[in-house]
Amino acid sequence: MEKKTLGFIVRSLPYKTEASRLALTHSIASQSVDIYLEDGQTVEPIVCFIGDGVLNCLKNQEAMKHYGDTSIGMHMENALLVDLKVYICKEDVERFGLTEADLIMDAEKLGGDMKAEIVPYASIQKLMNEADHLQFF
Amino acid sequence: MAKLTVGSFASLVGSLSLDFAVKLCQAAVKKGHNVDLWLSGNATMLSKKGQKSFRDYSALQKTIEELLATGRFQMTACEACAEARGYHKEDTLEGVKRHSMDWYLASCFRADRVLLIGGD
Repeated sequence: MEKKTLGFIVRSLPYKTEASRLALTHSIASQSVDIYLEDGQTVEPIVCFIGDGVLNCLKNQEAMKHYGDTSIGMHMENALLVDLKVYICKEDVERFGLTEADLIMDAEKLGGDMKAEIVPYASIQKLMNEADHLQFF
Repeated sequence: MAKLTVGSFASLVGSLSLDFAVKLCQAAVKKGHNVDLWLSGNATMLSKKGQKSFRDYSALQKTIEELLATGRFQMTACEACAEARGYHKEDTLEGVKRHSMDWYLASCFRADRVLLIGGD
């Protein structure tokens, strides 16, 4: 199996620009990338929220109510539903005075098993070092 | 020679990030590298035909056509992003492809280097 790891590093605020939404939609697109690859080739995305980007993970987003759009939170749940690895920077969560209870950590209500992880920045840095390609949103 | 994949989400007008991305593609192609340019979000505007050149605005259509003619450059626009902005297959520059986002990830898979320019 030839695998390439693509790091999607989200540091943009939600809703201010399209960036964080695009990070999630592009990472979720890994589910159908096989049609463009040879047998035995695959792409593994990892999604990391750092800096202001951790605010994309807040629960109870009401984009549908206010804008009529799917929320970033819904995309995050979809990412977890399709078993993408999602990491949230511990230091930045604390900097905003947030706790795990404030954040979307799973997609259980959709039937997903994967959970997001709150990890120290050093762990995210290690993941970034190990990724084949990195993209910052 | 290497393969470079460049992604851009910046708008054609209102930001110079897309200009920079195209210039970088141009430099890489000139050196003999193969380049894929992926346009998503507002950057899909670059794939629309009929762009007029004004001195006050970015005008990249001619450069893109020259790059496409080299055979070492391909430009692909995110189909959903383009449709959401109201322009369709028939509005697309000749030689420019339209695909879903998985095409970009496959291009990243095959790339020696991936650069995301103008992610805002």
